[in-house]
Amino acid sequence: MNPDAYITLSALLFSIGAVGVLVRRNAIVVFMCVELMLNACNLALVTFAKQTGDLSGQVAAFFVMVVAAAEVVVGLAIIVSIFRTRRSASVDDASLLKY
Amino acid sequence: MSPFAAAEEAGVPVVPVEAGGVFSLLWLVVALPALGTAVLLLGGRRTDRWGHLLGTAMPAASFVVGLVAFFSLLGRGEGERQVQQTLWTWLDVGDYTVSFGLVFDQLSALFVLLITGVGTLIHVYSIGYMAHDEHRRKFFGQLNLFVTAMLVLVLADDYLAVFVGWEGVGLASYLLIGFWAHKDSAATAAKKAFVVNRVGDIGMSLAVMLMFATFGTSSFVGVSEGMPEASDGVATALGLLLLLAACGKSAQVPLQSWLLDAMEGPTPVSALIHAATMVTAGVYLIVRSNFVYAESAVAETGVMIVGLVTLLFGAIIGCAKDDIKKALAGSTMSQIGYMTLAAGIGPAGYAFAIFHLLTHGFFKANMFLGAGSVMHVTNDDVEMRHYGALRTALPITFVTFALGYLAIIGFPGFSGFFSKDKIIEAAFSEGWVYGTGALLGAGITAFYMTRVMLMTFVGAKRWRPGVHPHESPAVMTIPLIVLGAGSLVGGVLLLADWIVGWLEPVTGPEGEHELFVSPLVLTMIVMVVVGVGVITAWLLFGRRTITDTAPQRVSFVTRAARADLYGDAFNEAVFMRPGQYLTRILVYVDTAVIDGAVNGLAALVGGSSSRARRVQTGFVRSYALTMLGGALVAVVATLAVTLS
Repeated sequence: MNPDAYITLSALLFSIGAVGVLVRRNAIVVFMCVELMLNACNLALVTFAKQTGDLSGQVAAFFVMVVAAAEVVVGLAIIVSIFRTRRSASVDDASLLKY
Repeated sequence: MSPFAAAEEAGVPVVPVEAGGVFSLLWLVVALPALGTAVLLLGGRRTDRWGHLLGTAMPAASFVVGLVAFFSLLGRGEGERQVQQTLWTWLDVGDYTVSFGLVFDQLSALFVLLITGVGTLIHVYSIGYMAHDEHRRKFFGQLNLFVTAMLVLVLADDYLAVFVGWEGVGLASYLLIGFWAHKDSAATAAKKAFVVNRVGDIGMSLAVMLMFATFGTSSFVGVSEGMPEASDGVATALGLLLLLAACGKSAQVPLQSWLLDAMEGPTPVSALIHAATMVTAGVYLIVRSNFVYAESAVAETGVMIVGLVTLLFGAIIGCAKDDIKKALAGSTMSQIGYMTLAAGIGPAGYAFAIFHLLTHGFFKANMFLGAGSVMHVTNDDVEMRHYGALRTALPITFVTFALGYLAIIGFPGFSGFFSKDKIIEAAFSEGWVYGTGALLGAGITAFYMTRVMLMTFVGAKRWRPGVHPHESPAVMTIPLIVLGAGSLVGGVLLLADWIVGWLEPVTGPEGEHELFVSPLVLTMIVMVVVGVGVITAWLLFGRRTITDTAPQRVSFVTRAARADLYGDAFNEAVFMRPGQYLTRILVYVDTAVIDGAVNGLAALVGGSSSRARRVQTGFVRSYALTMLGGALVAVVATLAVTLS
């Protein structure tokens, strides 16, 4: 099989995610973009696993999913908690931890 | 005489015998005044009422022990007269052991008697002199400390232990000169004495170190045995270092400047410093170290030159001072110069140095206490131009002072006559320069002492208003009478050359010396010179009226002598000012360069880190950008490595 299309899609998704993380202020959107990047990685992992016939890539993809699920739980909780105290979900407003 | 002393001009090794019998009580000589010091200084106000009595009793008891030991020494054979008592092991470091011991021999016996004898009289006198001082008890405690330290100095059998006494004397003199420290001048004088003495102490400590490095020991026994094998360089260095030490304690040029200022202390202290303790320490050190000087002609010459210069220096200063105590201080400097000169001559002079030291101890203590007696009744006025005609008001003081006066100018029959005459004789046999200098010094001595006598006791009354002189109490006059008697009869020590023979086992045999004329003719010459001095003084100060204030239009010499021959100015220009500049430069280097480097480095790190922390903006997205950038760099780098 030709992996080019999958890899291109993966790179495209990753780039969209990365740009989203960098330019968007809403924590929920940033969070979704992070998920997008993770899933772009997953796509690349399973593509290469399929191409080389090695299962470890697919195993890694599962690990990423598990970690992503856990991260969502923690991350959403933090976002909700921040929103409750500050009435805002903008990541730029939560900038107290600095020099 | 010890068997080693046979070789001419060779040093005499110290060969002591262990103390037994009455000599086992030797430690009491030092311990008694030390006990007095401890009780008086630690006892506080509780001892105020009887402190002065205890303070006087302690040196007196010490004198009795010393006297008993001295007579026991007289009863012994010549070979057994160096008695040593080891008290305890002082230092025990590896191979190096120093035991603290006392050596009581012909030399230290005389010193012990002088220190405790004259010291006791000064204590007695102080009871009266300090009667109205609220700190009299403290004064006696410090006087006892002075006596203790001096006794340690002359009794110790090791240069290191001598150094302890040496420093103790320095401490005690500092405390006592500054006894009236509420006066600025007294506090400054005390500090000055202390600092100048430290310069001499450098010589002493370096000498001890050199002894240790060369001989592995600093005991008299060890050094005197090792000296003949030591190289010339070591001998000369030791001699000169010890001379420097002696200069500091004995106020010899160039370390003379503290002595005149030391007059700020109470008068009994001046008497103690000048007669019994302190200034005699230097002469003692040189005579005791005869085995060092025997090996180095250079050092001996150095000692003689220092003595000669000082004897003229002090005498000239003494001529111009209107302050009775300072005139006497100049005189002390000059007389110690005589002793140093004699000590520098070598075995031919040691005995005379000690002889003059003893007679001087009597007549100078006598005159200082006499001056104190005069001050006591003139409201502590020291200005001789305010005295005059005190002879009738203070008859006992006058007579005893006159005895001291006749002794110091060398009036025939008085103690100073014999001792000074012998030194001049020995000086002439050593060389014309020394002899002439000593002879000239005798003339100047006669001049300034006559001046002191005339201005104080003779002439018209120039008393300040409110001064009603009356004779001092008996507790003050009795010591004066005893010391006056000592000044009169001190010459008996020379009967049949007793003192020369007595000291010979310590100082080595007196070499033959040749004189250009017979001793009798030389004595006549000395008498003529002294007579000229007396008559000049009488013409200038006895016949004319003495003005109330010191004349200002005076010769250059007088002006120089009034300024202590510019000794202080010299020290200030040569040592103090450059020293100050050096300190300022060092302080500048310290603050600008060293502190600058350290503080600059800290500021640099602090500044750059406060700039670096600006990176932590708190914006999550900027962190994300940084991470992305980092990741990109990592990827590019990996690709570059993999693809190349």
